[in-house]
Amino acid sequence: MPTIVVEVMPKAELLDPQGKAVLGALTRLGQSQFTSVRVGKRFELAVEGEVTDAVLAEVATLADEMLSNSVIEDVVGIHVVESPADGASEVAAGASV
Amino acid sequence: MRIGVVTFPGSLDDRDAQRAVRLAGAEPVALWHGTHDLDGVDAIVLPGGFSYGDYLRCGAIASHSPIMAEVIQAAERGVPVLGICNGFQMLTEAHLLPGGLIRNDHGSFICRDQRLRVENTSTDWTNGFTDRQEITIPLKNGEGGFIASTAELERLEGEGHVVFRYLDVNPNGSLNDIAGVTNARGNVVGLMPHPEHAVEPGFGPDTPDAMRSGVDGLTFFTSALEGLLARA
Repeated sequence: MPTIVVEVMPKAELLDPQGKAVLGALTRLGQSQFTSVRVGKRFELAVEGEVTDAVLAEVATLADEMLSNSVIEDVVGIHVVESPADGASEVAAGASV
Repeated sequence: MRIGVVTFPGSLDDRDAQRAVRLAGAEPVALWHGTHDLDGVDAIVLPGGFSYGDYLRCGAIASHSPIMAEVIQAAERGVPVLGICNGFQMLTEAHLLPGGLIRNDHGSFICRDQRLRVENTSTDWTNGFTDRQEITIPLKNGEGGFIASTAELERLEGEGHVVFRYLDVNPNGSLNDIAGVTNARGNVVGLMPHPEHAVEPGFGPDTPDAMRSGVDGLTFFTSALEGLLARA
């Protein structure tokens, strides 16, 4: 079953307290080579039937209006995979936004 | 006058808000998120809590619930709407109020009696305060950092839409120390601190006079009630 993946990140100019906490933990583990961590969200929408341009357009709208809040987040990617467990099989049906 | 309090799955302070409405002298009306029925109320409170477990984003799923369509229409007609904490988050998600709320900058939940300055006394929920009055009400949140774009912040400040500002400490990293805002009409107000927890002597924040005697939150509800009575 095709799956549409939507990726959302906190806006780049905003402090990401969650990422900051993860960076702190990494540093305490001795992993000092990382200068920044940002934590976002990945939504996997399993689709009944074919992923048409119309479906992708609808997902793009939902991504902007429901899955993200444009005041605090950016939609950084929308793409189609054949199976969510297998990222390597991603197909180029949806251009990243 | 009847003031509705909407209960969502995960609301925590709906009963406290109802009690505050009663102590202010109005009739509290329990409303349910899953209906389109506002029961003819004269004003609406969206209470605090963790609707839908804060899934997706705080207040996001609740902002799409059936009753919110009616709340949005009522707000656009000028019905007074107060969003407290999670209710404030819902109002920003529903685009009834500007800005957004993100995780506290220090990463921790915080609970304290918080001093605030009332910056705008012309809203439906603050007209009983004096200009720049300083009040103390409880604050308790994990995601209370108010943010908006630089342009939006300038507009909010310029047009006097900042209603409350944190004093002493900024508890969550809110930009410009903003604790609460209003819309252009002044009928929709949202804030992170909890006025409904400071409405009855013996159960409010400490004051210099006596322990737990703070009732600064009651003025939110009496303001709305008196405004409604004046218009009736």
